[in-house]
Amino acid sequence: MRTLQPDDLRELYRFLLLTRGLEERLDRLFKQGKIVGGLYRSLGQEATAIGTAYALRDADWLAPSIRDMGATLVRGLPAVEVLIQYMARDSRFTHGKDNSIHLTDRERGLVGPISPLGTQLCVLNGVALAFKLRGEDRVCMTYQGEGASRTGSSHEGMALAAAGDLPIVIVLEHNRWAFGTRSNREAAVRDWADVGKAYGLPIHSIDGNNVLEAYGAAREAVERARSGGGPSLIVAETYRMLGHAQHDAQEYVLQQELEEWRARDPIARYERLLVTGEIAAEEDLGAVRDSVDRELDEAVEVALATPTPDPETAVTDVYDEATDPRGHPWTRREIIGYPDLQVRH
Amino acid sequence: MKETTYLEAIREAMLEEMREDETVFILGEDIGAYGGAFKVTEGFLDEFGSDRVIDTPISEAAIVGAAIGAAHMGFKPIAEMQFIDFIAPAFDMIVNFAAKNRYRTGVGAGIVIRGPCGGGAHAGPFHSQNVESYFANVAGLKMVAPATAYDAKGLLRSAIRDPDPVLYFEHKFLYRRVKEMLPTDEEIVVPIGVARTHRPGTDVTVVTYGAMLYRAAEAAERLAQEGVELELIDLRSLRPLDIETIVESIKKTGRVLILHEAARFGGFAGEITAQICEEAFEWLDAPVRRVTALDTPVPYSPPLEDYYLPQVDDIVTAARWLLAY
Repeated sequence: MRTLQPDDLRELYRFLLLTRGLEERLDRLFKQGKIVGGLYRSLGQEATAIGTAYALRDADWLAPSIRDMGATLVRGLPAVEVLIQYMARDSRFTHGKDNSIHLTDRERGLVGPISPLGTQLCVLNGVALAFKLRGEDRVCMTYQGEGASRTGSSHEGMALAAAGDLPIVIVLEHNRWAFGTRSNREAAVRDWADVGKAYGLPIHSIDGNNVLEAYGAAREAVERARSGGGPSLIVAETYRMLGHAQHDAQEYVLQQELEEWRARDPIARYERLLVTGEIAAEEDLGAVRDSVDRELDEAVEVALATPTPDPETAVTDVYDEATDPRGHPWTRREIIGYPDLQVRH
Repeated sequence: MKETTYLEAIREAMLEEMREDETVFILGEDIGAYGGAFKVTEGFLDEFGSDRVIDTPISEAAIVGAAIGAAHMGFKPIAEMQFIDFIAPAFDMIVNFAAKNRYRTGVGAGIVIRGPCGGGAHAGPFHSQNVESYFANVAGLKMVAPATAYDAKGLLRSAIRDPDPVLYFEHKFLYRRVKEMLPTDEEIVVPIGVARTHRPGTDVTVVTYGAMLYRAAEAAERLAQEGVELELIDLRSLRPLDIETIVESIKKTGRVLILHEAARFGGFAGEITAQICEEAFEWLDAPVRRVTALDTPVPYSPPLEDYYLPQVDDIVTAARWLLAY
């Protein structure tokens, strides 16, 4: 088990800034009409994804949900790839075929979400099963909001993970809102940790706005999974500070509640901790901010210069081969064409 | 040569693939100690152990999801649906995750989802369905529906080896009724996407698949006594669809009847009809006819189910109508 060193503490800070800074740039691009489709922010809950993902090794696999962009950056996904993806350009991993925040990258062990949430847990169970069958000491981590945890696949996934003793860590992010529905209308539980009890999962309840607490719980859960102790559930208490997506002005949220949670902003809190703990001076933090800003500004330039995909590639990668056994392309455009009637008479 | 039932052919395909390839494993409900609801996997647990014959909770989404994830890591999982009707709870995983996996990531989810389909066993609305048209409109999926023991074996081997998701519909009515002499000294592999002419004929083309092949064969026997020769095409694969074989047959007969056991409205015959109209209209001497089950759920009581399912008389009547047109 690895204890965090000062370098790690600074690195966590960099990921927090990178995540927020990248989303701020995405917000700007959205307002400029450069983003295709929705923009899903993780403002206020960045610490959970970053702290937990930081507990993994490179060989492990992770399935982020829509507010876990920070976890993908921790896995090494370059910010520019996220920008390209959000602008529906010819991205390296989906080539413009899948949506914005569906960040999938095999090389980094990332299984991106699909829009019906809760499903990833079922798939990551299979990855974890593969690790277990091969006797590898690799683990999986996956995320879901308390909203997604209401789906049948989430419950089926938790049941199978527990029954199969699979090396997987499930992070439940209780951010209070499933789109426009408050979490007390999603379940009768007061404590969302109760969700894991039915499955006999070891449970870690954490302050999701504290990056070090997220890391600490994940480290224990990951270690348990790696050493054959099976799955765990981490329940992170946090708050979605913006609407479901950019189109949602969250008029249903009380301003007072937002103010209360704003005071618990994970980045401001972590900065205070770094300074008071003498891990970093104010000017060190400023230097990190400047370097992140430069990195992100360059990434935006590169992304804006990236072309959109060639329209004809819409028909590739539906099936493995370019043709079916009779020699037809799998997806035929000319099937919609019209035969030359002259020839037929 | 060895006499082999349809069910044994399915067993043997899995046994042989599992013996040859350590990455093949099966997961599903009651497939281990119990040996599967129809005993398809009887003895598998003893031979391969619980790592490769995995009993799961009653959680079809979790079963298919785990298969997809294991496929990500290089395994070739076979997910058994205890009855194909129970594929419904896994619809999301199949349609939204498995089918789109290659499109959105560049890597296919090479899994097989197999299960007993079809009626005739008086098993009622939830143990008798044919689900192909629920999935027919989903790019990224392949679908096969063998009628013979040879094809049951050969298509399953191909499905297991296929790098994309394959839905394998095995007809429960055929499990122990179909017996064939299968060669033991050759590897039986049937390519996905190629139909087979079951009985050559000159007068009417019958396009069918699954258990209805045998009803069509009975109708052909009866009509042959009147000097009418049906040409029976067993599709074997539904997606990709071998439209060439159908069109070639229509060029010969000029008349076509599509026979399937699933209900009529939105049934798979509709797609076949559309393709025939686009590609063989000039060769038709009569309208395309469909012989299908009725547009109701599958009824339970034997007289009701018989009324619901296409019968030999229905095929004979349709063929005579086509000839008289």
